[in-house]
Amino acid sequence: MTSNIVEIDNLSFGYNGRLLHKGINMVFPKGKVVAIMGGSGSGKTTLLRLIGGQIKPTKGEVRVDGHVVHEQTRDGIYQLRRTMGMLFQHGALFTDLSVFDNVAFPMRELTDLPESMIRDLVLLKLNAVGLRGAHKFMPTELSGGMARRVALARAVALDPNIIMYDEPFAGLDPISMGVICGLIRSLNDALGATSIIVSHDVKETFLIADYVYFVANGEVTAEGTPEDLMQSTLPFVHQFVHGEKDGPVPFHYAAPDYRAQLLG
Amino acid sequence: MINIIINKISRLLSGIGHRMIARIWRLGAGARLFILAIIYSGESFKRFHLTLREIYFTGVMSLLIIIVSAFFVGMVLALQGYNTLQKYGSSEAIGVLVALALVRELGPVVTALLFAGRAGTAITAEIGLMKTTEQLSAMEMMAVNPIARVVAPRFWAGVISMPILAALFSMVGVLGGYLVAVPLIGVDEGAFWSQMQANVDVRADIINGVIKSVVFGVACTMIALFEGFDAPPTAEGVSHATTRTVVISSLTVLGLDFVLTSFMLVV
Repeated sequence: MTSNIVEIDNLSFGYNGRLLHKGINMVFPKGKVVAIMGGSGSGKTTLLRLIGGQIKPTKGEVRVDGHVVHEQTRDGIYQLRRTMGMLFQHGALFTDLSVFDNVAFPMRELTDLPESMIRDLVLLKLNAVGLRGAHKFMPTELSGGMARRVALARAVALDPNIIMYDEPFAGLDPISMGVICGLIRSLNDALGATSIIVSHDVKETFLIADYVYFVANGEVTAEGTPEDLMQSTLPFVHQFVHGEKDGPVPFHYAAPDYRAQLLG
Repeated sequence: MINIIINKISRLLSGIGHRMIARIWRLGAGARLFILAIIYSGESFKRFHLTLREIYFTGVMSLLIIIVSAFFVGMVLALQGYNTLQKYGSSEAIGVLVALALVRELGPVVTALLFAGRAGTAITAEIGLMKTTEQLSAMEMMAVNPIARVVAPRFWAGVISMPILAALFSMVGVLGGYLVAVPLIGVDEGAFWSQMQANVDVRADIINGVIKSVVFGVACTMIALFEGFDAPPTAEGVSHATTRTVVISSLTVLGLDFVLTSFMLVV
């Protein structure tokens, strides 16, 4: 039995004749927090969608708990997804449901639990993210950070084995960022789950990740522990980790000669 | 010179070809969504409260616009009808004219047009925004089928609501016509109702009207659902999808009305 709950093997994915990923290999060991980092448009979120079976790879495969995702039937994919939870970039809360009903949603849809037990479980999950007192609110009444925490409670509602986070720190104030950061680590350890974080926030991600993959130009350009990557001399990693303006990723998008364009 | 003309013509033809392919693709995708909505309908009936909730939003919330419109349409019908009928000395037939016009045509057609404008646009905008804000993706990732959970209950809500709304439209329209014809113009009340009773046939008029409204319900709701599902996940995309819902639904209703009426008059 493998100790990796998710394995990405020689994965290529593209559309309209353009390859977004070119032969990517990654492993996600059980119980670990693994981050996928890279610039905007480098295909990080697409990797999460490939793991969740929402899209099919052009070449290679993604295995979840030993099952090749793209070879599964619709029922098979739904069965795999029952073992996953996902936090979307902006929470993706159902705007017509209250905070309580949002967290109760997967329990009501996927289990036959009695309503009294669902009530207790929802309050437990909301308490874990510190929002038990906000269970009657509607999503429009929540701040960005609170919405992200409710979405986190919903993502772990059925105690998943794999929790995927799509840009969990984007657009949050420092306090909310710290809260989410701590919750990701503590929920992962409490549930014994595996967390996959897609992010470009270096400080927060390095604080909680056990292992980090850097993706650029469709390939894994670097990987290692946060400590290793902080010391990395690879130009792209150095530029990214230290937030330098110019480097392998140029400040200027490819353009014709400046002088010629101004005068012409 | 010839080369330029050939290039322009080939670009034009290729553009027409691309548009045709896109239209056919959308038609196929719409038909696929319709079939899937039927296949995954079990949940809508097993958990009927989901469908009831949508009936409230699409049907009950459309009541005001339907009733007010029907009232005015009935009153205008009576005024125009009386104006013409009195020239031939048959102003007592005003009741029949109002009832037949409403039950056979105006009830189902105007209700469908109003439904497309009120409930259809709301369905498209809601589903389009659910797609834009990743709510549908979130549902998929929770192993909950959005077609069973979102599309099917709204589809059946539209199909159930439309005939009820059309029947209400006809009833309120007749009431509007009565108020103008009898108390205002002075047509004999007995003649108004008795001629209506004698000349409106259940099979040929009322059942055919109900059939029309069910067909319009399927068409309008499916168009609204498909446009929402197919909308690009941007503000502009949702706005265009909402506009397309009204335009395509209106044209489809008018086209289908002609086809259905032709069949009903022949059979």
